[in-house]
Amino acid sequence: MAPKKNAAAAAPVAPPTTQIPTTTTIPSSTPVKIPSRSSSQNQSPQQVAIGIWQNYLDKTPQRTKLIDVFMSFLVVVGVLQFVYCILAGNYPFNAFLSGFSATVGQFVLTASLRIQTNEENKAEFNSVSPERAFADYVFGSLILHFFCVNFIN
Amino acid sequence: MVAKTQEPFFQGSTGKNSRGVLRIVILCLIAGAAIASRLFSVIRFESIIHEFDPWFNFRATKYLVSHGFYDFWDWFDDRTWHPLGRVTGGTLYPGLMVTSGVIYHALRALTIPVDIRNICVLLAPGFSGLTAFATYLFTNEMSTSPSAGLLAAIFMGIAPGYISRSVAGSYDNEAIAIFLLVFTFYLWIKAIKLGSAFWGALCALFYGYMVSAWGGYVFITNLIPLHVFVLVCMGRFSPRVYVSYCTWYALGTLASMQIPFVGFLPIRSSEHMSALGVFGLLQLVGFVEFVRSGVPSKQFATLLRGFVLAVFAISFGGLVLLTVSGVIAPWTGRFYSLWDTGYAKIHIPIIASVSEHQPTAWPAYFFDLNLLIWLFPAGVYLCFLKLADEQVFVVVYAILASYFSGVMVRLMLTLTPIVCVAAALALSNILDTYLTFKSPEEPTQATAADGSTNGATKKAAKQEELRSMRQPLVGIYAAFSKISVVTAMTTYLLIFVLHCTWVTSNAYSSPSVVLASRMPDGSQHIIDDYREAYQWLRQNTKEDAKIMSWWDYGYQIGGMADRPTLVDNNTWNNTHIATVGKAMSSREEVSYPIMRQHEVDYVLVVFGGLLGYSGDDINKFLWMVRIAEGIWPDEVKERDFFTERGEYRVDDGATQTMKDSLMYKMSYYNYNSLFPPGQAQDRVRGVKMPEVGPVLNTVEEAFTSENWIIRIYKVKDLDNVGRDHASAASFERGNKKKKTTKKRGPKVLRVE
Repeated sequence: MAPKKNAAAAAPVAPPTTQIPTTTTIPSSTPVKIPSRSSSQNQSPQQVAIGIWQNYLDKTPQRTKLIDVFMSFLVVVGVLQFVYCILAGNYPFNAFLSGFSATVGQFVLTASLRIQTNEENKAEFNSVSPERAFADYVFGSLILHFFCVNFIN
Repeated sequence: MVAKTQEPFFQGSTGKNSRGVLRIVILCLIAGAAIASRLFSVIRFESIIHEFDPWFNFRATKYLVSHGFYDFWDWFDDRTWHPLGRVTGGTLYPGLMVTSGVIYHALRALTIPVDIRNICVLLAPGFSGLTAFATYLFTNEMSTSPSAGLLAAIFMGIAPGYISRSVAGSYDNEAIAIFLLVFTFYLWIKAIKLGSAFWGALCALFYGYMVSAWGGYVFITNLIPLHVFVLVCMGRFSPRVYVSYCTWYALGTLASMQIPFVGFLPIRSSEHMSALGVFGLLQLVGFVEFVRSGVPSKQFATLLRGFVLAVFAISFGGLVLLTVSGVIAPWTGRFYSLWDTGYAKIHIPIIASVSEHQPTAWPAYFFDLNLLIWLFPAGVYLCFLKLADEQVFVVVYAILASYFSGVMVRLMLTLTPIVCVAAALALSNILDTYLTFKSPEEPTQATAADGSTNGATKKAAKQEELRSMRQPLVGIYAAFSKISVVTAMTTYLLIFVLHCTWVTSNAYSSPSVVLASRMPDGSQHIIDDYREAYQWLRQNTKEDAKIMSWWDYGYQIGGMADRPTLVDNNTWNNTHIATVGKAMSSREEVSYPIMRQHEVDYVLVVFGGLLGYSGDDINKFLWMVRIAEGIWPDEVKERDFFTERGEYRVDDGATQTMKDSLMYKMSYYNYNSLFPPGQAQDRVRGVKMPEVGPVLNTVEEAFTSENWIIRIYKVKDLDNVGRDHASAASFERGNKKKKTTKKRGPKVLRVE
């Protein structure tokens, strides 16, 4: 649980998904495309965060931002459920689980959609067009919600 | 390699079509071979369910077909585990029953009414054809060679390691589980190659189906995370990995939780924690990769990597802490005994008592896999040469499954698919190399030829002295070497087919319900005592007469005799089994109250002394004693059943405890009467029995089958005038008390 929560907790700072360096598949030696704003070597963490944020605002297309808003909404819902579970106990455990895993699953599926539709990842997914990615997303979400509704009783 | 032949038939678009037709024909033939080689037992004997476990599956399927799905889902079975009953809907994997129920109704709808028994008997051969096809698809993902998939399919179709659990009549969970296993892995490879959420979701769906079919799904939940973890450690994290794994995990875990038997296990038990941990790790790695792509400084990147490691270590520690504190259930005994191989023998005798849970001997590998077992390492080595994502999977699977199959005979089954795949990879590589008609260009010795290749080779030639480095293109030039290697390989393959057929026919195609033996003139003699006895029970006892027997026969009694039992093969309640073990291994005076308390009407024992049938209850008796001793250490002692010198004897030299035990008495009751005086012989133990047979007071013989394999005893009612059974019986026999006993015994005060 801990790693997931961690990723979720960091979400408000920057959108919590992966975005992979453009050129290589092996990320060990990444020739990172250096963003225009943040150039100098030694920066304070605050500057770095601001730089990332500005960069994000500038570079990200409108649609991806929409996805990110949805994802942060999911994170908020998930965290709320979790907090409520801690405060009030987990008596109908299946209900908590289906609610919580609905948000987690939807978050993960949306993240997948975001990755697949990202222009920078074109090389990775040469067989998945954005339309196909969206259809996959719908398919996965339908299954997810069927299971969640079935599990919540 | 068909594609490289010179004939115009195989060239161009017509060639493509004819290759496709050829491929379909070959696959159909493979499916036919897979099905046909599993029918030995049906043709030789009859179409019945074989072993112990399948009888319960068959009974549950009949219940499903006659009562409908919802009744089956919450079926409380009051005819097993007599005083307790069993919540069957919540304690079984329903996939097998539902599958055959669907087939039954589909055939009905097509106006082909087939008996449910025949569907159950022939389900495993049918699915083995599908397994061969799934292996074909799986191997095609691994290799570009056109022959690899087909070779893997035929290997999987007839390899005895898989046939042993899927002959016609073995209606067990493995029948469909291996197909689902291979197909899930195929979908997983497809998902990770394409990075597609669709294939990931399909993989999750089939994983859910697999969970509903077999408890071995734990293997998948640990293998796929392990694959991903190895990929991440190799620095091969990519968005494809994230998409496929996260889709699979999110949907697959929810799908697996729909099965009532699994329930909350995927988040509560240690077996599933690796999948959850890798899920968390992937979120972390994905997030860090995202941040790093926007960050300029190198130090910050290393800092992030350190952050990943730290969080991973902390959460791993947290997991261990949770397990120790008991929030997460620790390994179950069955699973734990895979790691600590001595654990089961010491702590849980009931796991160690099953013959399938023993370590595998070397010959078993060759017996079950013949030539595949020595092609297997070569295939894994080839995967190392071309180490893409899917080859890593093969390597991980091969290592894990080899270890498990070495620990437990039963897990040979999960090893077989990967052995077939790896062997097919190796063999197709050999065939592709040696079957090309076109020889590569003869390199001339002159320097001009060297110069014509390219500059880089020439440069290398100067630096390296090795000839193979100078001429990177290694080819086979002589027709002789090609022909000899191909002939040898073909011969091996033909021998493989012979071996498989022989093994299947001789070792794996005998129903345990019917014992077959050969007469001196070669004709077959069938010993059918089991069904004789069960049929007697079915027809001559009350509808709700409770039968007590050792747990091995519980399912068969429930299935064939249709009578309630005390314990059965689903060993969920160890104490209850120990109760039966105590009743069997104690004196009559101790056993009788136990049997009365459990409302036992009949006791059934299996005795092979007359026929030399070694799997009888006297040979299993020590396990009963051990299991009973685990619960009542001061009432049942294993030591008492051995002689002074530590021998386990049943003849004159047997200990008094042994002779007094209910099991001994019931097995050898009246056995002397079969032989001339003083010559009673036990053919299993190979000893001469004592002159005087045991005397039974509390039970009476109700039925003994033709060859004395099954003996059924009826538990007597309480004595009418309140004597204990021993004195009542001795009174009946006319052992008069001595007249002279005027002396009164010590008096006791009447309380009432």
